[in-house]
Amino acid sequence: MALGGKLVPFAGWELPVQYEGILAEHRWTRESASLFDVSHMGQVEVSGKDAAGQLETVIPASLQSLPEGRTRYAVITNDDGGIVDDLLVTRRADDIFLVINAARIDADLAWFRSRLPVLTFNHRQERALLALQGPKAANALSDLIPAALELAPFAYGEFELLGVPCTFSRSGYTGEDGFEIGCDGPAAVSVAEALLARSEVRPAGLGARDSLRLEAGLCLYGSDIDADTSPVEAGLAWTFGARRRDTLAVPGGARIERELANGPTRRRVGLLPEGRGVVRGGAVVLDASGHEIGKVTSGTFSPSLAVPIAMGYVATEHSEPGAALQVELRGRQVPARVTPLPFVPPRRHQTRPT
Amino acid sequence: MPNLRYTKDHEWVSVDGDLATVGITEYAQDQLGDIVFVELPEVGRTVAAGEEVAVVESVKAASEVYAPVAGQVAETNPVLGDAPETVNADATGDGWFLRIRMADPGEFDQLLDEAAYAALTGEA
Repeated sequence: MALGGKLVPFAGWELPVQYEGILAEHRWTRESASLFDVSHMGQVEVSGKDAAGQLETVIPASLQSLPEGRTRYAVITNDDGGIVDDLLVTRRADDIFLVINAARIDADLAWFRSRLPVLTFNHRQERALLALQGPKAANALSDLIPAALELAPFAYGEFELLGVPCTFSRSGYTGEDGFEIGCDGPAAVSVAEALLARSEVRPAGLGARDSLRLEAGLCLYGSDIDADTSPVEAGLAWTFGARRRDTLAVPGGARIERELANGPTRRRVGLLPEGRGVVRGGAVVLDASGHEIGKVTSGTFSPSLAVPIAMGYVATEHSEPGAALQVELRGRQVPARVTPLPFVPPRRHQTRPT
Repeated sequence: MPNLRYTKDHEWVSVDGDLATVGITEYAQDQLGDIVFVELPEVGRTVAAGEEVAVVESVKAASEVYAPVAGQVAETNPVLGDAPETVNADATGDGWFLRIRMADPGEFDQLLDEAAYAALTGEA
């Protein structure tokens, strides 16, 4: 056999912990809480006059109206109306804080600096980022840092955990309640150890992170969204915000406005292939009569549903939930049905409206 | 414990007369992690040595399984359809993949023995 499985791009923990395997880690995240080391993500501080207004010229989200202590998911667009990156934007007291994809740090910073020369972008490379995710994530923090429990979804706060100054954002990439916790790199080990000491919390790797985000219908940059896919095609137009929809003064705004008005020619959809064979990124999608109409961008075996799941782009006329399509799998055509995303409904923490 | 032979592609083989039972090694299942699907060949199919005869899928990747010996597929493991995780639990026992009626039973002796395979995986 070809040991393709050996090449799985796990990010290794520096902690002396044993992984249990993707299925066990995935299930534990859905029933309790897992800790992921996502320190490879880029953490960037943006400062300068009218930083929110300036960022809006490359990000089609309402950032000027983002209140202090709030986080918003957004995309950065390129001149073709494609996506430079997707990111989390947080308004803080003195600056704007971005979390960007690891593989896009150089590209994002180059794009920002060429377009927004008046702003200062400080990449905090020395900062670690830990994601505590799962229905018992808040429970795991209740003794350590009760103040963090007061955070609403997509709210941000700064608290000391065991004397270590940490940033907390109630966000994540799993479809579960959870927190993304930033701190200085050397302090991250003691923070992680304190969290892992809780019986609710176990470590999990990037393999489980990928199957969790796919079940939650969340995009992976480089697979599901890239420089060619527009936010409208990707189903991310909801990130724009009402105020900005009419005139999208961002790079590629003409394409985005046109697609908002007329509909895009292709859309990102969920796909449920028949059988147990796992359809993965790159597989061709065909209509019922065998014509190529799209491509799978991500696929895995869903540990929660115990069936293969996939997402990809298909021609708009085939994008309605229920559409009967086919996907290529090892030279055969396998029936697949378009299905609404997410595959597993999110269980975000509900708080009183603020 | 029957006499097992191995391939450099991490299949194991045991023989009973001219019938070879084939699976993937303990080392292979450990490297693959959670196995979620095994695609097995049609019974009756004639296979050459080195021909792709099955596919094993873990959560992250699909890997091909090659016929270690030439012959005709005589039987496939019915357990793996509903319980592919059996391969993780018992790779060289209940997690066997298929049986091949060997065209040339002498081929078995050409395969790697325990020591040669252990050397290959660095577990000698």
